[in-house]
Amino acid sequence: MSLTVENVKKIAHLARLNFSEQELALYTPQLSRILDFVEQMNQIETSHIEPMAHPLDLSQPLREDKVTEVDQHKLFQATAPKVEADLYLVPKVIE
Amino acid sequence: MHYKTIAEWSQELSTKKISSEELTRMMLERIKKLDPKLNSFITVTEEHALQAAKAADTLHSQGKAGPLTGIPIAHKDIFCTQGIKTSCGSNMLDNFIAPYDATIVSRLKQAGTVLLGKTNMDEFAMGSSNEASFYGPVHNPWNTDYVPGGSSGGSAAAVAGYLALAATGTDTGGSIRQPAALTGTTGIKPTYGRVSRYGMIAFASSLDQGGIITRSAEDAAWLLAAIAGHDAQDSTSMNLPVPDYAATLNNSLQGLRIGLPKEHFDANLNPAMAQAIQIAIQEYEKMGASVQEISLPYSSLSIPAYYVIAPAECSSNLARYDGVRYGHRCEQPKDLEDLYKRSRSEGFGSEVKRRILIGTYALSAGYYDAYYLKAQKIRHLIRNDFVEAFKKVDVILSPTSPTPAFKLGEKTQDPISMYLSDIYTIAANLAGLPAMSLPAGFIDGLPIGMQLTGNFFQEAPLLNIAHQYQKITDWHKRMPEGF
Repeated sequence: MSLTVENVKKIAHLARLNFSEQELALYTPQLSRILDFVEQMNQIETSHIEPMAHPLDLSQPLREDKVTEVDQHKLFQATAPKVEADLYLVPKVIE
Repeated sequence: MHYKTIAEWSQELSTKKISSEELTRMMLERIKKLDPKLNSFITVTEEHALQAAKAADTLHSQGKAGPLTGIPIAHKDIFCTQGIKTSCGSNMLDNFIAPYDATIVSRLKQAGTVLLGKTNMDEFAMGSSNEASFYGPVHNPWNTDYVPGGSSGGSAAAVAGYLALAATGTDTGGSIRQPAALTGTTGIKPTYGRVSRYGMIAFASSLDQGGIITRSAEDAAWLLAAIAGHDAQDSTSMNLPVPDYAATLNNSLQGLRIGLPKEHFDANLNPAMAQAIQIAIQEYEKMGASVQEISLPYSSLSIPAYYVIAPAECSSNLARYDGVRYGHRCEQPKDLEDLYKRSRSEGFGSEVKRRILIGTYALSAGYYDAYYLKAQKIRHLIRNDFVEAFKKVDVILSPTSPTPAFKLGEKTQDPISMYLSDIYTIAANLAGLPAMSLPAGFIDGLPIGMQLTGNFFQEAPLLNIAHQYQKITDWHKRMPEGF
């Protein structure tokens, strides 16, 4: 699978990453080689195999429907880059 | 005097031959003097350490101490430590002070251990050489021109150089075992679900597992007993009793069935490595074990499957770094998209970006079935290989890594050659099995590791099998020159 610079630009946008033209020139062949490498998987016919999402065949544990979390927003917001009046600040989204 | 095991120091502490404060000061001195050669610590927590050591000494004097009370250790910088910087080796979290302790951290604190500091690592645990750290590469104490392996390279180098008696690590594709092998230390990756992942910064959640790097299997048994067990804070943590790992270390190996996967002893294996492993196998035969060849037919597909699954989960997990709630935020974003893109592009290093791109691609519309679903099917086949193998044998023995440590810079230009250094370790993560690495000799002055893989939740036999080998060999006791 050979990727083009345009493909990588699109993936980068989906992942919310910026790349310079130089970086794109470096990453595009590297990513193509990695994809070629993982395509070894196609040597094996797997139509009859169930996908395995997780090592343990378990259902998620349930607990009583009770509030167990205490409000610690001040502690958690202490590590935020920009907070005002207990709110996280971001650039204006709606004009 | 300082090359004692945890068991030996524990004895000295409880008989008051030394205080925890003295032991901790000695280790802090060693870090100050020797770590400039290794760069194994990102943060040294001297004040915390001395405070904890004094508290440990009080417990000892009151007769309330446990076996690990006062033992100085280090944590990989992937584990959240309340009030202490937790960087995950990334510029993204260079300013992050964790607001709570990971379960591994709180359990080891409760056991009385003293935290010396946080160890260096490949950024977000993505790497096999510890060269992908925002804080610079870690050097191997056996030869500082060589890498210590990764991603828990700081933990492995610190333990190998005796700058900590033990250190925690995480293993997503070999990140405890491969650095343990390359530094001559003992590392165990428990079964997926054995140790809580709460507070351990996520890379690939279906593969990540916390564990430890120590100087012996006995020390590993003590520490694993402290960190293992159910935790309601991690929904994938198994609710199973934790055996007394130390109690079975001296079980006889008479009748033990060892399987040698023929796929791991093929032409890719360094011949000197193959020879060293053969000698270890003979030692096990002398102890009454029988050896048979087994096959893990799909193991050659473990790296391709891993390099779809791990990046896919990474791209999803690392979406949380948005420059809003914690971590790096770019200067003067012009809009929300600019905030996301620049914060992430400035915060992440190149290997992390590479994996986010691969994962995003593999999960994107039209490619999901061809990559992610396909990889999960291969993953199933790989687990089935092990299920079949464990019908015939009790443990699987192989090299941990195809070569000893490589030189700094040797593999940084070629991501795939770097990925292949985990060729023998990745399958255990895909299957979820426990596995460990222990020192099994040297090639040209560099240590090599032997890997033992056990059946689900069979950590106790692994530690027993490793300990019996360490009773008749002294590879694990050797110290690198200048340390």
